[in-house]
Amino acid sequence: MKVRVHVSLKNGVLDPQGRAIHHAIEGLGFAGVKDVRAGRLFELEVDDSVTDAALEDMAGKLLANMVIENYRIERVAG
Amino acid sequence: MAFRSAVITFPGSNCDRDMAVALEEVSGTAPHRVWHGDAELPAGLDFIALPGGFSYGDYLRSGAMAARSPIMQAVIAAAGRGVPVLGVCNGFQVLTEAGLLPGALMRNAGIRFVCRSVALDVANAQSLFTSGYAAGQRIHIPVAHHDGNYFADAATLDRLEGEGRVAFRYAEPVNGSARAIAGVLNEAGNVLGMMPHPERAIDPVHGGTDGRALFEAAVRALASA
Repeated sequence: MKVRVHVSLKNGVLDPQGRAIHHAIEGLGFAGVKDVRAGRLFELEVDDSVTDAALEDMAGKLLANMVIENYRIERVAG
Repeated sequence: MAFRSAVITFPGSNCDRDMAVALEEVSGTAPHRVWHGDAELPAGLDFIALPGGFSYGDYLRSGAMAARSPIMQAVIAAAGRGVPVLGVCNGFQVLTEAGLLPGALMRNAGIRFVCRSVALDVANAQSLFTSGYAAGQRIHIPVAHHDGNYFADAATLDRLEGEGRVAFRYAEPVNGSARAIAGVLNEAGNVLGMMPHPERAIDPVHGGTDGRALFEAAVRALASA
């Protein structure tokens, strides 16, 4: 099955890349965008036997740096 | 007594030779060169250096992949036994990713790669790495990094400052680091991570020699141990 792990910066952690992207969006003429935070999306193809606990472990130990980031795990049907 | 040091090379390290030259130049003994895939370090090491570079192409996060490479388990164990460990630039990023130092190194606040000599203030002149400097001494060491913006939560920063674990601070704007931190020590004082490159400032032809005292202090610390 497919698993998505969404990694995003914690609140309060400055995101210079997000700020630059925000600036570029405004430079393209789009109005009304208040803030941009950049994150990452990992798509894992795993056996059904892989447990939630194992996924949490992978995310916390490697995919996210828990000093600055949070993660959210989503199992995708099919 | 010979100074037994090791320089770890990861795929994408590019300051490993500079580090080895600096260690040999100052200590008189060539360091062991250790590959990231090795599971063990040479026995009886007095000093371990994690060099600068772009290990694993900075995939995932700077230092993240290298921190999980086989040799790092041995480095973590050696650090726990009190062996001095110096991480410079990418080596600093590896040390934070490996959990040997607190905090994280994020993209420079100004987005750009910064490559120039910068002014630093020595914040702690009592560690085994910094005893060759005077507290508050202004030194000049080159930096070359994209991800040197030190981040830790306020409680961690307060603790680092309270325990004298900030080794160096930038004396000018460089990368947006919290409280201008350029280098930090672990709790026991035997692990130092810093973004500036002391190994690139040990000979007058480098344009400066302010980095030399760091290696000299480490060699002296061993001799007097």
